[in-house]
Amino acid sequence: MLSRTADNLFWLARYMERAETAARLLEVGARIAMLPNSEQGYRNEWEALLHANGTHDTFMKKYGDPVQRNIESHLFFDRENPSSVISCITAARENGRIVRTALTTQMWDALNTAFQEMRQIEREPRSDQSLNRLTDWTRRHCAMVRGAMDTTHLRNDGWDFLNIGYYLERADSTARLLDVKYWVLLPHADFVGSGLDNYQWRTLLRAMSLHRAFHWAYGGEITARKIAHFLILNPQTPRGLVPCVEALNLHLDRLARYYRRPTEAQSAARNMMARMFETSTETIFEEGLHEFLMRFISEIGDLGGRVHAAYLNGDVR
Amino acid sequence: MINYFNEMMENGAVRAPYAHLQGWVDQMPAELRNLKQAEAEALFRRIGITFAVYGEGGDPDRLIPFDMFPRVFSGREWTRLERGIKQRARALNAFLADVYDRGEIVRAGRIPAKLVYLNDAYEKVVAGIKPPKGVYSHIVGIDLVRTGPDDFFVLEDNCRTPSGVSYMLENREIMMRMFPELFSTNHIQPVEAYPEILRQTLASVAPEKCDREPNVVILTPGHFNSAYYEHSFLADMMGVELVEGQDLFVEGEFVWMRTTEGPRKVDVIYRRIDDAFLDPLCFRPDSMLGVPGLMDVYRSGGVSICSAPGAGVADDKAVYTFVPEMVRFYLGEEPILNNVPTWQCAKEDECKYVLDNLGELVVKEVHGSGGYGMLVGPKSTKEQIEIFRAKIEADPDNYIAQPTLALSTVPSFVEEGVAPRHVDLRPYCLVGERIALVPGGLTRVALREGSLVVNSSQGGGVKDTWVLAE
Repeated sequence: MLSRTADNLFWLARYMERAETAARLLEVGARIAMLPNSEQGYRNEWEALLHANGTHDTFMKKYGDPVQRNIESHLFFDRENPSSVISCITAARENGRIVRTALTTQMWDALNTAFQEMRQIEREPRSDQSLNRLTDWTRRHCAMVRGAMDTTHLRNDGWDFLNIGYYLERADSTARLLDVKYWVLLPHADFVGSGLDNYQWRTLLRAMSLHRAFHWAYGGEITARKIAHFLILNPQTPRGLVPCVEALNLHLDRLARYYRRPTEAQSAARNMMARMFETSTETIFEEGLHEFLMRFISEIGDLGGRVHAAYLNGDVR
Repeated sequence: MINYFNEMMENGAVRAPYAHLQGWVDQMPAELRNLKQAEAEALFRRIGITFAVYGEGGDPDRLIPFDMFPRVFSGREWTRLERGIKQRARALNAFLADVYDRGEIVRAGRIPAKLVYLNDAYEKVVAGIKPPKGVYSHIVGIDLVRTGPDDFFVLEDNCRTPSGVSYMLENREIMMRMFPELFSTNHIQPVEAYPEILRQTLASVAPEKCDREPNVVILTPGHFNSAYYEHSFLADMMGVELVEGQDLFVEGEFVWMRTTEGPRKVDVIYRRIDDAFLDPLCFRPDSMLGVPGLMDVYRSGGVSICSAPGAGVADDKAVYTFVPEMVRFYLGEEPILNNVPTWQCAKEDECKYVLDNLGELVVKEVHGSGGYGMLVGPKSTKEQIEIFRAKIEADPDNYIAQPTLALSTVPSFVEEGVAPRHVDLRPYCLVGERIALVPGGLTRVALREGSLVVNSSQGGGVKDTWVLAE
């Protein structure tokens, strides 16, 4: 496969995952905005999510007031925000268009339909668009692209590059969301919290569409340790860090076998996995949650760089 | 009042090839037609067939209008066309092989040396190179117009990289999806073999140095190009890689592409970029689209380039006049397809005739394409004609003129229902070890009432083109 093709597949997947993250943030942000403005804490929640999205400063400069319409503009419609749903879907579709020949008809169809419908939404008056419709729409189309990929794409090297894109992006986004809220999860807050604390935890879970799964998996009180375990170490959590790293290992191993060539990316991913298996919530809190997450984010960034050097930059020998 | 030949109706009767279509269109209520038209448009958009117009802003994902009313040739009509097209493609290739070799046709005084060797499209750097199988132009697009039942004229030849073949294939796919019943009542010859024949054609001209299954690639200028859809479509249908210049590099005696597994040798490049951009070390030094060193590899027989660099000299509008002469000179045959009578403004007496009759003629730039830089005399205002007069007087060598042809019409779906609109035809002839032509082509239609300009950049649309089985 051309290195450029692999690169486009990798970014196609990253942008689709990023679009989904933006839609999830939008939903949470809007819930916060619906609460009474007098509560300064809720505003902080909203700003924290913008930090996770990496767009806090641009939002404040451009919109200032976190009211629903501004939130929608910023996270869904704004082409100047590279992480907005529209920017991400446009970029994903352009990456897909460049490598049409490497996609199945169904995948292209799912991707292109999302893009065409999105342009229709852009043309409609904003008053006709309820927030739920926008977030449902985004999640549906992200699921359709992912589903078309799962059911129709050959299990070839392209499949691995798509998945590596998805899981790198997802690991990074989950870790960043967690980090923004790490102070809520500090051990000294580990008791049945005030209404506000509970609300913050729920917001965090909701941002990852995991609030019901959490109860299903753990039950009882929401505690810092349970949440940290759930989002970092539990192998069952779809957006958790361990499942992401496991998936990255799977696909990097597959590529190494397929090309009969081990890479540094593969060994870096193996080392990450080994360390994750040795980690417990105790050691995470000993190291410090923030420190742990910062290390994880930088390791994921480093892994992305190694994938680039091993396969995507065209200088492979 | 000019009498235009209507390909469906002659003297009030439906011509045989269209016999089944009369009932089809009569039984289609306006609502159904609108529904089908919307369905077709949605299909085109979903597949992603769009077309960007050069130099115009606006919607980069514009569709070429698709007219659902097909254009039909009988098997007998096609047989004659096919012979004429193949004959012309052979002659054009013989001409190219000759002018980059001994130039017999020039020595014999059948074409002026100046027109060949001083032509901008003549690439001196490839003189003396013999491409595999002696083929320069592997895909020859020949633009034809019709003025009567048996009267076909060649409007121009496209020997470099004629585009539009993806529309020929997709128009058919969409018609088959929307009107399956038409395909059971009419015996329409399929065109779907085109990509496979194209691949075989390209593989058949692999360099002699290639000792295994040739690695064929399509070289595109990139995804911002208006024909990018076609490039990716063809790559997909042929099962070959679609590469950009940045994906290729030269090392040793070969061209390689950058893959996730390391370099892979490339044997045949079907390029969709102009000569000038192929190799910055040989042609335009500022080209970012090409591959530095490519021409050295080509010269030493390490890679084949299709069409071969320099093929453009055969489709130049001034050289065009001499194609019938090429047929006689190289093949010893009489041309089956005629040229449109053409006046060269480069010749003093012909230029005078052109200037005296601007109101009746079509004037074109020698190197123009896409319907730009042309004057359609009968459809132009006095001011437009005067502007052109000044242009021709300033640079007569740059212009040719032809009579305004009475282009045939085919019924087309328009606002008010069905009405005749002018059409042309571009079949795609494939030349490799063998010469092949699929039964069909791209019919372009001037959808504006009375318009004779079919270019998609000037409001033209496309139709499915049927060739019936005998």
